[in-house]
Amino acid sequence: MNKRSLVSIDDLTTDEILKILDLAKEFEKNPSQLLLTGKIIATLFFEPSTRTRLSFESAINRLGGKIVGFSESGSSSVSKGETLHDTIRMVSNYSDLIVMRHPVEGSARFASEISSVPVINAGDGANQHPTQTLLDLYSIRKTQGTLDNLNIFLVGDLKYGRTVHSLMMAMSRWNTTFNFISPEELKMPDEFKLYLENLGLKYYEHSDFTEIISRADIIYMTRVQKERFSDPIEYEKVKNVYVLRNSILANTKPNMRILHPLPRVNEIHTDVDNNPKAYYFEQALNGVFTRQAILCTLLGIK
Amino acid sequence: MKEPKLSVSAIQNGTVIDHIPAKNLFKVIQILGLDHIDSQITFGTNLESKKLGRKAIIKISDKFFEDADINRIALVAPEAKLNIIRDYEVIEKKVVEVPDTIIGIARCMNPKCITNFESVVTRFRVVSKKLVSLRCHYCEKITSQENLQII
Repeated sequence: MNKRSLVSIDDLTTDEILKILDLAKEFEKNPSQLLLTGKIIATLFFEPSTRTRLSFESAINRLGGKIVGFSESGSSSVSKGETLHDTIRMVSNYSDLIVMRHPVEGSARFASEISSVPVINAGDGANQHPTQTLLDLYSIRKTQGTLDNLNIFLVGDLKYGRTVHSLMMAMSRWNTTFNFISPEELKMPDEFKLYLENLGLKYYEHSDFTEIISRADIIYMTRVQKERFSDPIEYEKVKNVYVLRNSILANTKPNMRILHPLPRVNEIHTDVDNNPKAYYFEQALNGVFTRQAILCTLLGIK
Repeated sequence: MKEPKLSVSAIQNGTVIDHIPAKNLFKVIQILGLDHIDSQITFGTNLESKKLGRKAIIKISDKFFEDADINRIALVAPEAKLNIIRDYEVIEKKVVEVPDTIIGIARCMNPKCITNFESVVTRFRVVSKKLVSLRCHYCEKITSQENLQII
């Protein structure tokens, strides 16, 4: 079998994406299936990421696989000055698949070219994080029953947010209407808008969402970080505009769900947590099923 | 005053590369590996050119390039013209074309890209040829013409 890695969501055809989502659905029904018995999965976290790492390790454990690896580069040979090249060459001798998070952009593509076993990109700096995108797609399809013709609201930091860019690119395969809600300084970059225009997809830009929120099928929240603003006064002006509160959700569609890649700081008020439309914690759980599906797909097991 | 082209002697067989921007002469030499071949090479630089201001010209005896090789200089000499010489006669003229992929010539402008941390051969997909724009195979960021650096 050919070695197959997952570095960028664009590495997958639409058919392959749907197959992974179908398989994730099977794992949701029956999470403990010992399909990775006898397999060793390396989890190399060159920078810490609690959520992603635990989600992967949970997925591997539920499949009966064994884990080797490290959760920060301080406890690896990287601190002795070893190159990524050498680390990957070595680890690919010890394992059947590598899950890697690394702060340097493009490091996952490079690793996939050196490694003799499949590599899953668990985030390479500001570049790609395809397993997050797949779990987002899974959550959207599960809550809406379809990926077609949805109205997706992307809220917050749309300029630097890797997650929203990948999700937008992926959802553009299914005739999505986009609403971008962000402060002026953190608007969706032109290259992504141009991409949608070339596909003939509709998008709308707003600086506030209370008026239009009733149209949303999915509200995807992200954090507006203070350090992104060149002028602290600008941050003070907008910091409460992009906070979701229970009171503004009254007129939203019954099928509407709120997603967030987590960690949340204050952009979703805790009074939203008990609203049935809050879906971010289930979304995180879906990450385990989706990652089970990705592991099995890349290893050619299912 | 003599014509600039007479200041370097004619060749019997080989390739003449004309209309190279003078400042990029040595980059062209480097990209084509002319500093490592045995052929006789003559070049002139800072020659006057109506089109380029100051141009350079290279004459390489007994050397003929594949199109793929010659297109590698497109990033530094997009208007270069080649004359293929046999028995002192120009038997063919060629222009360079920006290729679809650029391997190992340009530097990725993203300081956080892996190619700027470890010894990785850079690789780009050309997303625009007119005003050259390159997408890094690794970090997926765009390097545009004005930020282009030749390694």
